[in-house]
Amino acid sequence: MEIQFVLNGRRVTARITPSTVLLDVVREKGCYSVKRGCETSNCGLCTVWLDGMPVLSCSTLAARVEGREVTTLEGVSRQAEELGLFLAQEGGEQCGFCSPGLIMNVLAMERELDHPDQDAVREYLAGNLCRCTGYASQLRAIEKYLGREV
Amino acid sequence: MEVKRRYVGAPVIKKDAKALVTGKPVYTEDIAPKDCLVVKVLRCPHAHAWIEEMDTSRARAVDGIAAVLNWEDAPKRRFTMAGQTYPEPSPYDRLILDRRMRFVGDVAAVVAGETEEAVDRALKLIRVRYQVLEPVLDIHKAKDNPVLVHPEDNWESLCDVGADNRRNLCACGQESMGDVDAVLAGCACKVEQTYHVKANQQAMMETFRTFTTMDTYGRLVVTTSTQVVFHCRRIVANALNIPKSRVRVIKPRIGGGFGAKQSAVSEIYPALVTWLTGRPAMMIFTRYESQIASSPRHEMEVTVRVGADEHGILQAIDLYTLSNTGAFGEHGPTTVGLSGHKSIPLYRTPRAFRFAYDVVYTNTMSAGAYRGYGATQGIFALESAVNELAEKLHMDPTLLREKNMVREGDVMPAYYGETAGSCALDRCMARAREMIGWDEKYPCRDMGNGKVRSVGVAMAMQGSSISRCDVGSVGLKLNDDGFYTMMIAAADMGTGCDTTLAQICADCLCCDIENVIPHGVDTDVSPYDSGSYASSTAYLTGMAAVKASEKMVKKIREKGAEYLECAVEDVDFDGETVFRTDSAGQITLKDLANRVMCNNGKALEVVETRSSEISPPPFMVGIAEIELDKETGHYDLVDYVAVVDCGTSLNPNLTRVQTEGGLGQGIGMAMFEDVTRSRQGRVYENSFMQYKLPSRMDIGRLRVEFESSYEATGPFGAKSIGEIVINTPSPAIAGAIANATGGVHIRELPITAEKVFKGMGKLETDGAM
Repeated sequence: MEIQFVLNGRRVTARITPSTVLLDVVREKGCYSVKRGCETSNCGLCTVWLDGMPVLSCSTLAARVEGREVTTLEGVSRQAEELGLFLAQEGGEQCGFCSPGLIMNVLAMERELDHPDQDAVREYLAGNLCRCTGYASQLRAIEKYLGREV
Repeated sequence: MEVKRRYVGAPVIKKDAKALVTGKPVYTEDIAPKDCLVVKVLRCPHAHAWIEEMDTSRARAVDGIAAVLNWEDAPKRRFTMAGQTYPEPSPYDRLILDRRMRFVGDVAAVVAGETEEAVDRALKLIRVRYQVLEPVLDIHKAKDNPVLVHPEDNWESLCDVGADNRRNLCACGQESMGDVDAVLAGCACKVEQTYHVKANQQAMMETFRTFTTMDTYGRLVVTTSTQVVFHCRRIVANALNIPKSRVRVIKPRIGGGFGAKQSAVSEIYPALVTWLTGRPAMMIFTRYESQIASSPRHEMEVTVRVGADEHGILQAIDLYTLSNTGAFGEHGPTTVGLSGHKSIPLYRTPRAFRFAYDVVYTNTMSAGAYRGYGATQGIFALESAVNELAEKLHMDPTLLREKNMVREGDVMPAYYGETAGSCALDRCMARAREMIGWDEKYPCRDMGNGKVRSVGVAMAMQGSSISRCDVGSVGLKLNDDGFYTMMIAAADMGTGCDTTLAQICADCLCCDIENVIPHGVDTDVSPYDSGSYASSTAYLTGMAAVKASEKMVKKIREKGAEYLECAVEDVDFDGETVFRTDSAGQITLKDLANRVMCNNGKALEVVETRSSEISPPPFMVGIAEIELDKETGHYDLVDYVAVVDCGTSLNPNLTRVQTEGGLGQGIGMAMFEDVTRSRQGRVYENSFMQYKLPSRMDIGRLRVEFESSYEATGPFGAKSIGEIVINTPSPAIAGAIANATGGVHIRELPITAEKVFKGMGKLETDGAM
């Protein structure tokens, strides 16, 4: 079957099967920032926005995005770079494999939550696993990005 | 030229940071050719079996299938997947495809096809008749078991490590100083206990993956997520039984390694497909495969006997390690050594020690290298035993350690007789105590709501490279306008060595760091380096960077002197200009670099290589504060302080993140991460659903500080940082549990609420654990 949706502001068409997941479609369309880290919706690496809300693209059926808007890191590269610089200044990107998913979720959190305290930040981002950093540097970076003292 | 520290010691942002945070296609899968065949494998459901018959005809007939391969198609020469310096201590016990299946998940067949659907379909159509054999699953019964994991005649051990496939032994050995039994017999206070560490998964976010192509010259090009690029070339050539000249290995960006990628876990399968079919091929391990058939930590059971006199002065340490290498011997003979060599030397006082070990084959997933590499297991055991000894002596465990810990200048008999040339362990302990507020918090405080808060402590050490073995190299090339290419084969796996090595070169060359362009890693181009493991890169390759820079400066001065028509002694170089000391002339580096591109007979290129006679240990102290629910045994980690002596910190941001990240992994290992098996040998924790990694919610406050020593043999005084940082959480948290409960000692990881609860119950009924 064929679906049409808006990917990073551009109307696209994709051929899919009923079991195709969104992750594979966006990668096929060249959005390589979207990574697969597990097959069980545990790691958060594949986070994209569906109509502006973060979803795990590894467990979103491609058929569900028909007519809807999908945003990947490639579609918000300016904001990604801005937040990414804070991460890099703390060394919090390390291997970088989880950075795109994390950044997508931080940007979504910023829109969704009003002045989240540190616990709320941790909770919102709990689904974004990272094996390199022990999270501390990322939290420092996010606090600074949100304009707060660390 | 005077070397000024402009970048070394500064929090320089990683050179690849922007590409990583903007999600650029820089990893293996992202850069693979679109026409790669999809490679998957058929995994055996039995722990031990013989393939009697395999019918692949229906699988081959599936549209789009390019190859279905089994033992008949693979070379018959055995090799090891362990990324180690030749001759490898790990036995040559593996074939790409074998007829004997040695664990649940072992590879029976390889399928390659044009689409994933075709490959999945073909996998289902392979018919295998297995003769199911009795497996060896119990590590205590493996040695001299009549059932052999490797009965084959062409099994081979290249080094004298006490290996014997007819006894299920991958290695065994013993070393000692003094009469341990006699000294222990005279001790006023003794502890004898056995501690058990499981086969933890590195669980790097990017699973194992490789793509392979043929190049213009008919050679196999292996692009792969590896820490050991040159070793990988040898492993692939050995596996395919082809000359090494026919293999080239390239490393792109890596999504984490932690030692997992010090074995060639995914490389050999697509390599076989491409070699046989001539077509590009790619294999991506699923998380499931990475959990059940990869290269996790060696499960070890460590029995410790430690004794002290009535004043708490340690007299003897006796340590026996039983290590499970699983179905294959990757890193088996070497990891076990660290369980003794990097735990016992933490203490200067013992008059006698003994360290003995057996490494056994079993029908379980093969183990490999994981950050800490055996030291982690040994330190959990010895540091836990020392905490138990302190309890028996009614002595504060930090004071017990202060009486006994290794000090700068000490000779360490259990550490190859090396001297602790740089050691700030005493300052690490003092600072860690101060940071956590030990004296107010030890042993515990009842919070009055059914909760108890307590603290626990542990020390750790590691090495910096493998002495008289590892090779670190840096090549430098001067280009037009005076910028440098820095050629390396150390593998940046997110750790940042592309940047830290450039920091060293930039300071030694007195240039902007933007003028040092890292290039790595490609076996056709990079200078030989044993790779990024054994905590070697900063120390060893870092020193090669210093040497290469010095040699480059010398060459620039020589060339400058030639152009300025004077003796080399009469010129100086400040990083930008070569000038005559008599002020009679000068030439900028830019002009010099451009001028050598015409009518020149001396290349401005250097390669420097470094090995080390010694492996200077970094040291650290970790203290955990927990809050335990007396009702349920549940506990939270409230605070963790770590003070590290890694010599000079080359990049404080990166050493800090290494420490925090290693603590995070160590905390996961201590609290949640488990590998258990069914009675048939099937791993239960086969996804992130069961194998729980710590999330942002699980890790409390982490506080990291550095107490620097100066390691004279390291670059700018640096020692290693990468591995040591995983070693303290397990014994420190176990110690805190004991302090909270008045003596519940959890000696098997992970330390779950269930184990604590049961321990509290047992303590109530028996009065001791």
